[in-house]
Order: sequence, then C-alpha cells, then structure tokens
Amino acid sequence: MNYKTEVSFTVNGEEQLLNVDNRTTLLDALREHLHLTGTKKGCDHGQCGACTVLVDGRRINACLTLAVMHEGDNITTIEGLGAPGDLHPMQAAFVKHDGFQCGYCTPGQICSSVAVLEEIKANIPSHATSDLTQQTKVSDAEIRERMSGNLCRCGAYSNILDAIVEVAEARP
Amino acid sequence: MKAFTYERASTAEAAAQAAAKNPGAKFIAGGTNLLDLMKLEIETPQHLIDVNGTGLDKIEAIPEGGLRIGAMVRNTDLAANETVRRDYGLLSRALVAGASGQLRNKATTAGNLLQRTRCPYFYDPNQPCNKRQAGSGCSAIGGVTRQLGVIGTSEACIATHPSDMAVAMRALDAEVETVKSDGSTRSIPMADFHRLPGDTPHIETVLEDGEFITAVVLPKPVGGKQIYRKVRDRASYAFALVSVAAVIQPDGRGRVAVGGVAPKPWRMEAAEAELAKGARATSGILLEGARPTDDNRFKIDLVERTLGAVIAEARG
Ligand SMILES: Cc1cc2nc3c(=O)[nH]c(=O)nc-3n(C[C@H](O)[C@H](O)[C@H](O)COP(=O)(O)OP(=O)(O)OC[C@H]3O[C@@H](n4cnc5c(N)ncnc54)[C@H](O)[C@@H]3O)c2cc1C
Ligand code: SF4
Repeated sequence: MNYKTEVSFTVNGEEQLLNVDNRTTLLDALREHLHLTGTKKGCDHGQCGACTVLVDGRRINACLTLAVMHEGDNITTIEGLGAPGDLHPMQAAFVKHDGFQCGYCTPGQICSSVAVLEEIKANIPSHATSDLTQQTKVSDAEIRERMSGNLCRCGAYSNILDAIVEVAEARP
Repeated sequence: MKAFTYERASTAEAAAQAAAKNPGAKFIAGGTNLLDLMKLEIETPQHLIDVNGTGLDKIEAIPEGGLRIGAMVRNTDLAANETVRRDYGLLSRALVAGASGQLRNKATTAGNLLQRTRCPYFYDPNQPCNKRQAGSGCSAIGGVTRQLGVIGTSEACIATHPSDMAVAMRALDAEVETVKSDGSTRSIPMADFHRLPGDTPHIETVLEDGEFITAVVLPKPVGGKQIYRKVRDRASYAFALVSVAAVIQPDGRGRVAVGGVAPKPWRMEAAEAELAKGARATSGILLEGARPTDDNRFKIDLVERTLGAVIAEARG
C-alpha cells in the first residue's frame, strides 16, 4: 500500500518537488514542508479564508485541497505577492489604511482581495451583481460580498474595504 | 484523517473502472465537501480517485438546443458562462448565492449535487445519526432543528439537502449523465436523482456504487423571469433557511422549486398550476403534508412570503 505520492508544483516562482503523505493538504505542504508560514491555518474547514492562496491566478482555500492534487500548478502565497521594501500595491494599501489589527487573517484577506479585482475585471458575477448581462463593476457592495469568505475577528472590515477600493481606483 | 491510497484518473471511464477495482474508494473533485468530512472522519475512503484530470470541464451547446455542462466545470465558471447568464439566469443566481468566491473556484458541478447535509448532528461524530451511521438513531429529532427539514423527511432523518445549485437545476429540469464501470451510460432526471430518506437516510441518490457523473444537461431555455431568492441568517456566506427558485412567464404561469426545506430540491408540478392565484395557494399545495418541528415551523410561512416576494418581483 502506498500512502505517499510525489508531486511537483511551482510556489512563488520556485519549482518544488515533494514526496508527501496523501493526506497532506496544500496548506500543510506550504507551511510544514516549505516553511512558508505566511499562509495561515484558521478553521481548517474552508470557513474562515485565512488559508487563501492563488492557484493559477485563482483564489482557493488551501485547507480544503490536497497537495497531491496540484501537480504542475502555479501557486502564489502572500510571500510571493511582495516583500518588505517591495510591497504589492494591495499590501501597501492594507498598511496605509490600517486594514488589520492582530494580522492573522491578513495574508488571506490580501490574497483574496487581489483575486477579487481580477474576478471583477474578468466579468465573473457575484450575489451583489444586479444585471448578469452587463460587465461587472467595482462597488462597495461588490467588494463586501466577494470578500465574505474571509472573516476578520478584529473587525477591520471597513478599513479593508477602503484599502481594496483604493487599489481598484488606482488601476488602469 | 484516515490514511488512503491515491490515484489520478484521466478519463471518466477510467475513473469508474478504478472505483470498481477498489472497494471503499471515492472520487475527489474540488474536495471542498469530501475533505471537510474526511478530516472529521465522517467519510473514511481507503482510496481516492482524483478526477480533476478527466477533461470534463467544458460547457457545450447541444444540437437540439440546451447545454451540456461537464461534471468538472467549476461553480465560478458555470455562473460566469455567457449563455448561462443569458438563458438560464436562475442557475447563475443560485450558484453565486452559495458558499464563497474561494470555494466556488474549486467546487464542481457534480460535487455540488453530491454534497452532504449540514445537519449539525451529522457533523458531530459523538452523536447518533442514521445518515452517518445507519441504524444508530437520529439526534435531530427532539433536538435543535432550526436548519432542518419540514417535508419529505422521515422518522429516521429530517435533514435537508444544502445545495443552492441543485434547486435551480431541478426548476430547469436538468438531467444528470453518468457512466458505470462496464461502460454503460444513463441519464437521470433531477427529479429522480436525490432519494427521500425513508428508513435508509445514508443512501442519498440513485447512483450505484462507483457510478461516475460525466455531465449535467440543461434542456432548451424556457425564458420567463428567472429569480433565485435565498433567505439566510446573514446576508452572505450562509446556507439557506429557505430558498425559492422560480421561472415566471408573462401570463403568470411558471415553475417553482424550493430549497432548505427537504432532503432534495422540493418541486410539485401540481402546485405550479396554482401560481397565477398567488403565493398562498401555491405554497399551500407545495408544502401539503409538511411535518415541521416547533423550531422550524417558521419555514412554512417563510416559503409563502419568499415566494410572494418572487412573484411580485417577476411582475415588476
Ligand atoms: C464553508 C462552506 C460554505 C458553503 N456554503 C454553501 C452554500 O451556501 N450553498 C451551497 O450550495 N453549497 C455551499 N457549500 C458547499 C459547496 O458548494 C460544496 O462543498 C461543493 O459544491 C462540493 O463540490 P466539490 O467539487 O468540491 O466536491 P467534492 O468534495 O470533491 O466531492 C463531493 C462528493 O461528490 C463525489 N463526486 C465528485 N465528483 C463526482 C463525479 N463526477 N461523479 C460521482 N461522484 C462525484 C465525491 O466522491 C464526494 O462524495 C459550502 C461549503 C463550505 C465548506
Ligand atoms: S436528521 Fe438525519 S443527518 Fe441529522 S441527525 Fe438525524 S439522521 Fe443524522
């Protein structure tokens, strides 16, 4: 019986080859095997969004997917978005607007919000979209709805919204 | 989580054959429901068949009119599809009313139909539950039942089916296409796909062991005003207390399926004949014979009021 599988994927531009217990979630692979601890484990059941990462540009909950299911995928974590001294515009906006207190949900919030702006641009509808046949547009209601999969227990929501709106408005 | 062996299937047929060869195997698609339940050891497959490489990720027009949606099409892509938005708006609306952006990016069409109940006792391995462990009893009966079912339930189980998408699929008369390990295929109308619990609530659909879903087919568009209204305890990211999926035609006739009240999307063609008379007449027939608990009796009124709001919205 083989309970381990080899898998290779790219994380933040670097090729990785792992031999993991099949049970390893993508989240545990990132944190425990690759020591990328920016991605947080909150509820571990897909409810809080702290583990949000980008896979081939799309945001997902890293806790509800197995590492072995990501052969050949391109993964971006908060570490890959930007680093101190070279922040991603969304990271800079979160700092500027005080979009956090304890900071635990923040990596997930930032990965999610980067993807939210791409989703709106790609005309993916949400529950807040009024007309399905029109191009979706950035609005407070759209951002609030699209960010509902990321919980913040400190309640920094209004500052998070301000940060995302600022980045959205600065974009071409 | 219990240890399991793992393989990747590259076609639907190979997936069905792998399941036949490995008793105790499960398919894994998005994984957003299965892994959640495996962590709690509510699901304990010995072998996982990863079906993400089966290539069933296309939405195609079919010659007779209608749409074939591959089993692996993600909820996000289905909701965003141009044809779906234009001709089956009900389906887009139901999809975006469910889960979160992150989850919809992974969740698949087949996995969504097969997601399991959110009954709190089903999720608590310390409590008896006939659905989790056949014959152990039902902790919900006599327990906290606000979220649970009011119709189609049984003495053995009063859980609901939690999917939003399935309610829209039922209203749109979708059919589920499958393949078995011997290569034979069949098409199952949504009306027959989910089973009522009776005394075997652990058997939730008519799928046979190892039968693999390849697609969900939507018939020709039916037009009309298409509305999905979901009522829940918070404005976003919560399961439905009650949801109404409706297609209302200009002459007042139409279709209604209801979620959050039963072990499957709840629709009665006899109730739809009353639509022109209004919400009370329609929901009266739709929920005839309901057996609510004291905790969830409010759902009976809520269906009527939600349907009333939907009819008013359709009239403009
Ligand atoms: C926090 C949270 C909130 C949620 N909120 C909502 C909500 O509001 N509304 C809603 O509708 N849903 C909600 N969901 C549920 C979500 O929609 C489902 O988890 C998802 O649709 C399941 O799809 P999947 O592809 O991830 O399935 P998986 O978890 O991969 O599989 C589910 C089941 O389907 C089987 N399966 C998968 N593909 C096939 C196939 N092709 N043939 C045969 N069997 C197959 C698997 O073996 C498994 O038994 C929520 C989930 C979470 C975690
Ligand atoms: S209602 Fe069904 S799922 Fe809930 S405890 Fe009873 S048997 Fe289990």
